[in-house]
Amino acid sequence: MTPSKTDQANAQAQAREWPLWEVFVRAKAGLDHKHCGSLHAPDPTMALQMAREVYTRRQEGVSVWVVRSDQIIASDPADKAMLFDPMEDKVYRHPTFYELPPEVGHM
Amino acid sequence: MYTQAMDTAPKEERLVVRSVDDAVAEERFEAALDRDEFIEAKDWMPEHYRKTLVRQISQHAHSEIVGMLPEGNWISRAPTLKRKAILLAKVQDEAGHGLYLYAAGETLGTSRDQMLDALHAGKAKYSSIFNYPTLTWADVGVIGWLVDGAAIMNQLPLCRCSYAPYARAMVRICREESFHQRQGYESLLTMMTKGTEAQRAMVQDATNRWWWPSLMMFGPPDDQSPNTAQSMRWGIKRISNDDLRQKFVDATAQQAKILGVTLPDPDLKWNEARGRHDFGPIDWSEFWRVVNGEGPCNKERLAERVDAWNDGEWVREAALAHARKRTGDQRAAA
Amino acid sequence: MTAVASIEIKAAPAQEYLLRIGDTCLIHAQRLAEWSGHAPILEEDIALTNLALDLVGQARALLTHAGAALGYDEDQLAFLRDERDFRNATLVELPSRKGGRDFADLALRNFVLAAWLNVLWAKLEASSDAEVAAIAGKAVKEARYHVAHAAEWVVRLGDGTDESARRMARAVERTWPYLAELFEDDAVDEAAERAGLGPRRSALRADWAALVEPVLADARLAVPEAGQFRSTGMRGVHSEHFGYVLAEMQVLQRSYPGGVW
Repeated sequence: MTPSKTDQANAQAQAREWPLWEVFVRAKAGLDHKHCGSLHAPDPTMALQMAREVYTRRQEGVSVWVVRSDQIIASDPADKAMLFDPMEDKVYRHPTFYELPPEVGHM
Repeated sequence: MYTQAMDTAPKEERLVVRSVDDAVAEERFEAALDRDEFIEAKDWMPEHYRKTLVRQISQHAHSEIVGMLPEGNWISRAPTLKRKAILLAKVQDEAGHGLYLYAAGETLGTSRDQMLDALHAGKAKYSSIFNYPTLTWADVGVIGWLVDGAAIMNQLPLCRCSYAPYARAMVRICREESFHQRQGYESLLTMMTKGTEAQRAMVQDATNRWWWPSLMMFGPPDDQSPNTAQSMRWGIKRISNDDLRQKFVDATAQQAKILGVTLPDPDLKWNEARGRHDFGPIDWSEFWRVVNGEGPCNKERLAERVDAWNDGEWVREAALAHARKRTGDQRAAA
Repeated sequence: MTAVASIEIKAAPAQEYLLRIGDTCLIHAQRLAEWSGHAPILEEDIALTNLALDLVGQARALLTHAGAALGYDEDQLAFLRDERDFRNATLVELPSRKGGRDFADLALRNFVLAAWLNVLWAKLEASSDAEVAAIAGKAVKEARYHVAHAAEWVVRLGDGTDESARRMARAVERTWPYLAELFEDDAVDEAAERAGLGPRRSALRADWAALVEPVLADARLAVPEAGQFRSTGMRGVHSEHFGYVLAEMQVLQRSYPGGVW
């Protein structure tokens, strides 16, 4: 199947745009990296430096991760019910499911 | 900085033909909105909702970028090193806000370059407040006080916008925005209370020129804003233009008193019965003139952005070429 | 309208030495600020402003410290000195965005200056002047990042496309003659070294070259032959460009006598 003119135009436009990267920042030692946004950069080194410039100007963090957006594998929102609802009735996974006499103390 | 007139866009035609799946998905979408739940990037959404968001978010982003120019005009002439640093940081924040917003727009199936193309081709709008010139140093302070003040009022409700990537960008923006208004007001207060007669006159003159355009930032009156109802339903807009404008006038009238400036409206008066300020009629013909491209600086502002983008083409291209060389990427460069 | 008269300063060698560094940072930041709203891409717009803010901070610290000995504050020094009392290297007053230079000139200028400041601040950490050592302790961290970021650009532009390589080669040609001034000594340098205040400029050359040469090689840029031209900004004799820089920078303080900002 030959690509349409729009497909070709889109492909060309994409080839000229700097790739998109997702940025994750760890606020301080002991915490997880948290997603804080995205930015465009031509390569990994610049992506890291730009993340520092854009997302840590107010001392937001001590560590930065960058990942190319097209490398992220995400669950499909349409599968939300299939993937996550079955967890709803497995309440025995939660500590509060188990009643113990108070004499046992802290457990 | 955000502004008005997002609801002056032409009404879109709604898709009439839908599949059963689409109908079910739309019901779920509406139910989520009813429960005040967030819509995330890859969730199903009506095409009209998506298009409206792309337009609103991208125009908001454009406003931030173009908004760098009027104040940027005074960085090289800032009167003290402290003020120079403050203004540099403030204008830098506007760039960052534009960036967060373009990023939010990109979650909706468009790209930053596509959004910028629309701006540069004159097809996309941006906040028309930035089509006014900054003629004195006091304009910088007044922009912080009035224009950022109005923007904050417009922006806070957006932190609860139904589309989550936009809402999250707005939370980040509002956190950073708080210093913008304060630094402007503080600069004016210093000039008014400790400065010379000439400085006070400069502040009053700037106030005279920016007051009415700031009121116009909230957009046309509610009875002339056809898309407001739909935007409210979708949780994109939470408070009406007129209500926000009234809030702004009430807050600002008090701030003006403290500064010791007179707002250029002879009809501005506290109404005890309403518990609010009455104010004079806005010249909507000026608003439409500026929105439609005939304001004092429309052409210059856009030209500067287009020039910056075009002048930077070889730079962006070089960075990509280098990256491809180093990774041995065989995709043909454009 | 009365204009505010210039202040006259009588700087001892120690203050001249510090003003050379502080003024260089200040005027470089002044030119950098022209790019706000005009950088090739949003991310770099933000990065350039971070650089400018760091440099303004370094300038303010040095001007305040040198000013204390002269009886003037940072703003009086920045806004009320005449051309001949400024001690910045001529390199930083050369046109940037608005003067027919392009991003290649900017990238190269950022790099060579960042490398110079990096080496200088590292040595100033050992200054006999405790305040200078403290300023240097903070500034050297900033300078380290500035070098890293600027180097990335020099390489990407030098070894990018044919056009970017051409522009970088032109930038090298236009910039190199102004570097000699950064590495030649005079009485002020000798006094500073004797007092333990800081290194003579010639002491910076080797470390600077060690930073700069590998990057230029990576960028496939040739280093020009040394020429006879000498710029003299650090001795207070500036180029024709500097008058315009000061006219713009100082206009408000000059035209509002007694102004409080």
